[in-house]
Amino acid sequence: MNPSALTVYRWELRKLRFQKRTYLGLGAAVLVPLIFVTAVALEPGGPEEVAFGRYIDTTGLAIPLVLLLFGSIWLFPLITALVAGDIVASEDHNGTLKTILTRSLGRGQIFAGKTLAAGTYAIVAILLNGVVAIVAGCLVSGFNPLTSLSGTPIPATRALELVLASLLVYLIPILAVACIGLLLSTITRNSAAAITGTLMFSLMIQLIGILPGLEGMRPYLLSTQFNAWQGLLREPADWDPIIRAAWVCSLYGLPSLAGAYLVFLRRDVAGG
Amino acid sequence: MAAPIEIRGLVKRYGDITAVDHVDLTVEPGDVYGYLGPNGAGKTTSLRMMLGLIVPTEGSVRIFGRDPQAGIAALEGVAGFVEAPRFYPYLNGRRNLELLAAVVGGDAAQRIAGALETVELTDRAKDRVGGYSHGMRQRLGLAAALLRNPKLLLLDEPATGLDPAGMRDMRRLIRRLADEGMTVLLSSHLLAEVEELCNRVAIVRSGRIVYEGHISELKRTAASIYRLHTTDDDRALEVCRAQPGIVDPKREAGEIHFSGEESAITELSVALIEAGTPIYALAPQTVTLEDLFFSLTEDREEPAPAAGPRALVGDAA
Repeated sequence: MNPSALTVYRWELRKLRFQKRTYLGLGAAVLVPLIFVTAVALEPGGPEEVAFGRYIDTTGLAIPLVLLLFGSIWLFPLITALVAGDIVASEDHNGTLKTILTRSLGRGQIFAGKTLAAGTYAIVAILLNGVVAIVAGCLVSGFNPLTSLSGTPIPATRALELVLASLLVYLIPILAVACIGLLLSTITRNSAAAITGTLMFSLMIQLIGILPGLEGMRPYLLSTQFNAWQGLLREPADWDPIIRAAWVCSLYGLPSLAGAYLVFLRRDVAGG
Repeated sequence: MAAPIEIRGLVKRYGDITAVDHVDLTVEPGDVYGYLGPNGAGKTTSLRMMLGLIVPTEGSVRIFGRDPQAGIAALEGVAGFVEAPRFYPYLNGRRNLELLAAVVGGDAAQRIAGALETVELTDRAKDRVGGYSHGMRQRLGLAAALLRNPKLLLLDEPATGLDPAGMRDMRRLIRRLADEGMTVLLSSHLLAEVEELCNRVAIVRSGRIVYEGHISELKRTAASIYRLHTTDDDRALEVCRAQPGIVDPKREAGEIHFSGEESAITELSVALIEAGTPIYALAPQTVTLEDLFFSLTEDREEPAPAAGPRALVGDAA
């Protein structure tokens, strides 16, 4: 069988299974909702100031949504960057890029496999977090109807579908973060620099969002897109923020990915 | 068939530094070719260009007639490593080879057991590479190269950092692979290694090739240098210059040095006596291959040890 980008993808996933950082990220994705739910069980009353915060005692379906809001500040960008920022740079660190580049695979195929693996990991982390939050939340606060952002009640089953759909919408900005992580990983050749760089970028964008006088930019900031899923929880559903998230995130993600690809294709492999 | 390696006018510059400076070399099928030079002479940079890992500033590299810059297909039938072979430290030896076999494709996976056997790592294949000694990693590097069933093996300092027994085993292994018909290019800063393993050699200094050819020829050159001391060396130098068959005579360290065939030397001794310059000493210079290597690779401004044949530097540069 001739190797392809899929061969690289399979092996990248296999390599992730043997690395501590994978479990650090996925562990955080599982632990954070468990800790949150435990806190809710011990001390009723949620964060009133955030959307759905006041409902976490009445329905477990509010809990994954509150976590999405909190997680967008740094937790999920960090979990995403943990692998995306490392996946190329660690090859530089280990000196293994030359080991795989002198085999039968083109650089493009290797890059494609790595991109897919970094994306898969981010998707798994977000979905895992959501599923754990739903299950643990419902165990503590019950599988009850949710109140929409428009103030209307949503039956529990329909609400569950909307929560799952929200997780999927949330993946749009997450994948953009992954692309930025890949770019920094390729350029810096240093995992720590790429991971913190991605996180710093994400925090800085949020900072721009709260600066006075820059309100006009807010809809186009990456950080704003982390709230796009809220459109699903209005009645009727508001698709505008979701559509905007799709193209705004493409504007962040695709040039980053293209940049990373071009750098990876042309760079000298002189380390190691 | 195209030569396994054909390099013409190869240059690699990093800013103001010229790491590889107009290198030309040809490796023929069946050669065990030594790429010899001190550390920092640009050997590894050249090897990286042969493997398509870095882009040459000028010149061309052809591997079996193909340009490694054009794509990975050019490395068909080629394997090896630059600097120390590197692996994923968190995977064990076998798993590293499985990964590499997967990216090699074809029937590479079926060669894993045999390759581990060849480099005598079967017993340690289930240990994480992070815990391997330097020598074990070098051997795993060779095993990884063998997965490709190569016709051309490029090895960068394969015995560096190994203990004497490890060095001997590594050389034995390379010898065996060469005997099986593999063409090998091996870079080294160890003259003894190249002398033991290689039939042809390129000696590099500061990115330039200062000698390229058969080791036996290099040795012959080393042996044909003579030193002469007479009652009147000025007069003797004139005689040497006039004498047919005496090549490049010159004053050096209070003596006259020149090269030439034995028959020409006999005639010279007669001519010197006839010219009234009796000989104090006329003897072949005992230049070892090592002296030659030093005189070729060390700075020309410094006095060459044992008065090596400087002409060679001039001729080749």
